[in-house]
Amino acid sequence: MQIRPILAALRRHRLATLLIAMEVALACAVLCNACFLVVQRWKLIQIHSGVDESALAVLTVNGFDPSQAADVNARMLTGLRSIPGMQSVTVINQVPFGPQAGAAGVSHDPGSFKNTIGVVDFVLGGPGTYEALGLKLVEGRLPQADDYRPATNFAPPDAQVLVSRALADHAWPGESPLGKDFWCDKLHFRVMGVVDHLARAHPHDWGTQATEWTVFTPTLPGGSLAGTYLLRANPHDLPRVLHEARDAVAKIAPHVVLDQENSQTIGDLRADYFKSDRIMIDLLIGVIVTMLGVTALGIVGLASFWVQQRRRQIGIRRAIGATRTDILRYFQTENFLIVTGGIVLGMALAYALNLLLMQHYELPRLPVYYLPIGALVLWGLGQLAVLGPALRAAAVPPVVATRSV
Amino acid sequence: MFTYYLDLALRSLKRNKVLTALMVLAIAVGIGASMTTLTVVHLLSGDPIPGKSSVLYFPQLDPENPARADHTEPYAVMDYRSAVDLWSAHRADRQAILTSSSVKVRAAETGRPPLMLGLLSTSSDFFPMFQVPFQYGSGWSAEDDARHARVAVISHDLNDKLFGGANSVGRSLRVRDTDVRIVGVLKPWRPTPLFYDPWPQNFSKTEDVFAPFTSSMEINEGNFLPYTCWHVPEDTHHLQNADCVWVWLWAELDSPAKAAAYARFVADYAEQQKAMGRFATGREHVRVRDVMTMLTARGMVPGDVRLQAWLASAFLAICLFNAVGLLLAKFLRRSGEIGVRRALGASRRAIFAQCLVEAGVIGLLGGFFGWLLTLAGLWLVRQQPVDYAHLAHLDTGMFLATFVMAIAASLLAGVIPALRASRVVPAWQLKAL
Repeated sequence: MQIRPILAALRRHRLATLLIAMEVALACAVLCNACFLVVQRWKLIQIHSGVDESALAVLTVNGFDPSQAADVNARMLTGLRSIPGMQSVTVINQVPFGPQAGAAGVSHDPGSFKNTIGVVDFVLGGPGTYEALGLKLVEGRLPQADDYRPATNFAPPDAQVLVSRALADHAWPGESPLGKDFWCDKLHFRVMGVVDHLARAHPHDWGTQATEWTVFTPTLPGGSLAGTYLLRANPHDLPRVLHEARDAVAKIAPHVVLDQENSQTIGDLRADYFKSDRIMIDLLIGVIVTMLGVTALGIVGLASFWVQQRRRQIGIRRAIGATRTDILRYFQTENFLIVTGGIVLGMALAYALNLLLMQHYELPRLPVYYLPIGALVLWGLGQLAVLGPALRAAAVPPVVATRSV
Repeated sequence: MFTYYLDLALRSLKRNKVLTALMVLAIAVGIGASMTTLTVVHLLSGDPIPGKSSVLYFPQLDPENPARADHTEPYAVMDYRSAVDLWSAHRADRQAILTSSSVKVRAAETGRPPLMLGLLSTSSDFFPMFQVPFQYGSGWSAEDDARHARVAVISHDLNDKLFGGANSVGRSLRVRDTDVRIVGVLKPWRPTPLFYDPWPQNFSKTEDVFAPFTSSMEINEGNFLPYTCWHVPEDTHHLQNADCVWVWLWAELDSPAKAAAYARFVADYAEQQKAMGRFATGREHVRVRDVMTMLTARGMVPGDVRLQAWLASAFLAICLFNAVGLLLAKFLRRSGEIGVRRALGASRRAIFAQCLVEAGVIGLLGGFFGWLLTLAGLWLVRQQPVDYAHLAHLDTGMFLATFVMAIAASLLAGVIPALRASRVVPAWQLKAL
């Protein structure tokens, strides 16, 4: 296939060629970035919470005074445990994707916030909570009965705790975290073990590095640790168990108020938490598909016009010996050249758009492999779009050459 | 001449229906996508209290001690002592002190189970300052503030829920363990964004119970939550003396001179506290901003919405390139016809005008379908689980903007093809005939 005659013909149609190339370039830039955003969001909603989501639900009541906390806890634990199918009920302060209860800045030194580690979520749990959550210990030891201390403040003043692996790697890189001390002002914590994963209540709010900066703190129920209960049941029993538990609250403790919105299965809380991200993913995919559709239509429109405009020339070429395949190849090659021009420009645009997005959003740099993938998609799209007009061109009979129009 | 061009345009559009439909569709989709997102951005960055937004000021200072090195802005809210000091100095035309918490509420006479509701603790000036509309009764007085009166104003929603919408002024409400007398019931009131509350991107509803700051400190004692603390409080339930921020102020200042004087007053207060050793920073961390400045500073338009607006603009650009290409094809296909018109005496201008009229018609059609798509898009936004969903409606301005944008876009797209068409050399076309 000779490229030079095609280039010569395109030079006669500089404007139209430029338009299609620009359209392809813009499509390439948006395609690469939109796909990248979809993948980023997808990674975000795939976050590993570290807990047995399908077997867990949370039930929250409020509207009681701290002096009544012990009584409310006692009534709720006994009452909820009597529901058939309930495997365990324990006291907790927050669960992944629920309301955040205990985020605080911690540091390597006591008193001041110099030498800080960062803001972490304190997950306070009464006896049995660790087991109910289904956390996986990777180092150190499990909390024993005497590790559970009362929380006089938002956390116990001096506690042996479990940290997530992500937090351990961040706070003590390259060292064993076991036995290490850290502080929140004057509250003291010592690491007794490391769990594989444990997500914070609002993993989104704290940047992609800090989604799992959590401290599991064994705490005796009472005082500030009251009103939120972790329910565990067989996954297929869970909806019924939760429903019965919600209904039972009025009988168990008539003076408290059930928090309807935050008494849900962890699965539902998770779905709610990521709903807007799912919508954004759908929207981005919608944009990508429509945009490719519009670009294809543009190519079809212009190619059809060219075919019609060149009917006579095609006829002449056929009359002097060109085969149908030659004509078909001509239009396909022409399209390939235009789209290639667009892609080259589009790659530069894609990077520019990515830089712009990086300035405004917490977004990493566009990985290079997105560019060849985007190029392949657009080449494919271009060939597909031009196929119809090109086949019509190939069908032009040689006799056209002898007619005037 | 215009009607003749219009007639020509319609004839030409009818001749190739598929190509016409493609162009209209491309413009409609581009307009629909960009207008939907632009409308949302426009609504989210709107003025929540037009007419008064320039006289309401939000003072901020930085009580954090020791200062944090990475802080260049003060927290959105203040510690109790600073807020009460500034409020009781009465240095503005009107001033309100505010904090919010949740509280258990019952109406003993209705026999309904208790509810957990938002409680806005504020002072008497709040209602006139923010032009809060009343259905029944009114706000409380400054004397009520001073004598810690057990009174409350309730929202329209709560009055519907508890009293079936009847006039409940004078009836009593059990707020936690205290009986308070209802003195006012609001009309439906939902400032968007909820600007008096300084959390970013807040499009939620107002609180349901409004009570004097002084008395609710006693009624709901122990249930106030700090925004943040820089020392762990001795007692998390008593924040009055804790190193925590959780209270904020609004001041009404009806002239720029007063506003400047008030800003000086707050700055002097911060300097004085710094000299006493209570603050680590002085006037450099003092901000006194009016409503719109404060909303801009805290970032009202959510990141996802801005991202969608960016995407939609890129999308519109692609649709425009597409329209230019298709118009070019359409006009040049008629080169023969144009050649005849030129030979019969039509000027280049006339050809250019004729082509632009055709582009304009396409724009009008694209605008119409774009408007339908915008309505559909906004309907979709309203189905989203976001707290600004209820806002997503097309106002008159944006409705007109849809058509202006569609016609401008198609005219812009039509200029180059029309120029090309007007440069058709008549002789060549006639020879080819």
